Amino acid sequence: MASLKELASREDLLSGGHRACAGCAMTSIVRQVLLIAGKNVVVSCATGCLEVTTTIFPYSAWRVPFIHSAFENSAATISGVETAYRSLKKQGKIKEDTKFIGFGGDGGTYDIGLQALSGAFERGHKMLYVCYDNEAYMNTGNQRSSATPFAADTTTCPVGCVIKGKPQFHKDLAAIITAHNIPYVAQACGSFWKDLTSKVEKALSADGPSFINVLSPCVLGWKYPTDETIEIGKLAVDTCFWPLYEVVEGNYRLTYIPSQKKPLGDWTKRQGRFRHLHEPGGEELLAKAQREVDRKWEHLLAISEKPAKPGKQLKETPQ
Amino acid sequence: MKVVGLTGNDAVAEAMRQINPDVCAAYPITPQTELMEKFAQFVSDGLVKTELVLAESEHSAMSACIGASAAGARVMTATSANGLALMWEMLYIAASLRCPIVMGVVNRALSGPINIHCDHSDSMGARDAGWIHLFSENSQEAYDNTLQAVRIAEHHDVFTPVMVTLDGFIISHTLERVEILEDEPAKKFVGEFVPRYALLDTKNPVTMGPLDFHDFYFEHKRGQIEGLEKSRAVVRDIGKEYEKLSGRHFDYFELYRMEDAEIAVVALGSAVGTARGVVDELRDKGKRVGLIKFRVFRPFPRKEIAQALKNLKALAVMDRSNSFGAYGGPVFAEIRSACYGTGLDFPIVNYIYGLGGRDTTFEEITRLYSEMEHVVSTGKRPDEIRFLNVRE
Repeated sequence: MASLKELASREDLLSGGHRACAGCAMTSIVRQVLLIAGKNVVVSCATGCLEVTTTIFPYSAWRVPFIHSAFENSAATISGVETAYRSLKKQGKIKEDTKFIGFGGDGGTYDIGLQALSGAFERGHKMLYVCYDNEAYMNTGNQRSSATPFAADTTTCPVGCVIKGKPQFHKDLAAIITAHNIPYVAQACGSFWKDLTSKVEKALSADGPSFINVLSPCVLGWKYPTDETIEIGKLAVDTCFWPLYEVVEGNYRLTYIPSQKKPLGDWTKRQGRFRHLHEPGGEELLAKAQREVDRKWEHLLAISEKPAKPGKQLKETPQ
Repeated sequence: MKVVGLTGNDAVAEAMRQINPDVCAAYPITPQTELMEKFAQFVSDGLVKTELVLAESEHSAMSACIGASAAGARVMTATSANGLALMWEMLYIAASLRCPIVMGVVNRALSGPINIHCDHSDSMGARDAGWIHLFSENSQEAYDNTLQAVRIAEHHDVFTPVMVTLDGFIISHTLERVEILEDEPAKKFVGEFVPRYALLDTKNPVTMGPLDFHDFYFEHKRGQIEGLEKSRAVVRDIGKEYEKLSGRHFDYFELYRMEDAEIAVVALGSAVGTARGVVDELRDKGKRVGLIKFRVFRPFPRKEIAQALKNLKALAVMDRSNSFGAYGGPVFAEIRSACYGTGLDFPIVNYIYGLGGRDTTFEEITRLYSEMEHVVSTGKRPDEIRFLNVRE
């Protein structure tokens, strides 16, 4: 596992000059992934913030081969690339050891992209899929997705006089993917670079499909100041809303336990999309959200291998 | 050269075996299913090097085809009807990404109501997607077209995907006498795929499928149009090359007994086979009738077809699909458009026929010719849109 200094010395494979918002976590996440993946990689991307901000013709921020075909099929597209690789390698036409990474936002992954993802994983393609989860269809202006948290305000399920934001809890995508019995599944957050990069490394060395769901705070959609992205990500993790864990060959490992579990309100009060939870009448909603966070956290604690100390990252299992 | 008994589905599978693509991604749908089953057996027996992706839907199948093609591999697939409809957006994307994918389309009616039998609504519904369309009259042609399609698609002036159609059940499931090339000459004819750009060339990274704003989209589409224009000559050149191997002639369309014909019928697909027999019988009776069998529907050979119709007194255009709300079916509309401004002014009558697999018999086509005779003899302008053998 490379040190921060060593990682920072590698060539950035996503160049600057793209049009992502100031404070966007997504591009930082992609850069971290690519610093581990290196140049011998082919990337696919669903329509969404990432594709649209980085590939405005005639410019591209990608220093690695990249394909975008449509919205719901990043996994299907990269599975085709990976298949071509296997075919040509088998024929002796390719010698390189190339990695395949599909990117998609929560929209293109949890919802419209779920079929393609499930199909690709069921077939066992050797590919990593990274979902940058900004918890709504952010590219088109914050419409709700099945990743949108309970009670969040979005444009298609706004906080109004009768309905107070999203009535459903968000889908547990990592659990769905874990049920596909693939070698490696993880949940990560761009604010924890060491955790994320070590997970990418593990995922890329898996002998089969791998999946990482990365929380990607969104300045405009979640409504917080542009310089707070890293902190907002940390709070999501420290409130146990977004646990950092991995499932290695079916075994759950919590890779980080907060030294002090913070109340959910510490995270929600920093974001405009949850403002109504902190206004008179919002207490019930916040309490309901807190109960669900606690329920899922307790369950995860019960089934997971844990780090030796809270606040520390889980030591690697010796190979 | 070998003579074998093959159904249309077998014939395409056999061509695919000889082409031996790097990747095939497909999803089953009646009546394409047996085509892929036959090919899957070749894969399981190690007779081809193809990596077969059994996708979880047609949309993902075409997406995987696009990924594989963009990666630098030779890619083929097949589908029918609603499978084609499900991959509709990806057809446009395959064409605009200039992926030279070859796809067998076993023509079946689009739902609804759900119907598994032959008509051309599926491939006709996709005529604007930017693919080259080759219609096959029978199993022989399905085989011949598939081999040529790979060369046409992958030609460096073209780089456009090609769909090879064959009538569902009527051709796909009917055993016919087919002449196939030996493996070596077939392989040599098809050659190696040389992509212009390949994702797997990681030393020269490319970005495919970028976002275009209003400042570039139009130019990119204009470029696609050029690919189709260039394919006109390429289709003919490949046809000539293949003729040397097979002894069979290939062009945009075939003129059957048209030299002195006064009345003709235009048809695509299996109805051509029936119509040939009708023409022969009528010719024996001294009638000056002919048949135009369309093979290349996209790009549409407008100049050539207008030229071929020059001396007619009446023309019946058979459409095995309908464009709802339009004036007539697709073939009718394009032929009329091709004739406009060329001075041709004889009656052209559209016969919508065979929808949902409605059987189109020798007798019905004979009646069609006699209706055209009546049109010529009365000199009156007839109802230009007619429906063959439907209960009103």
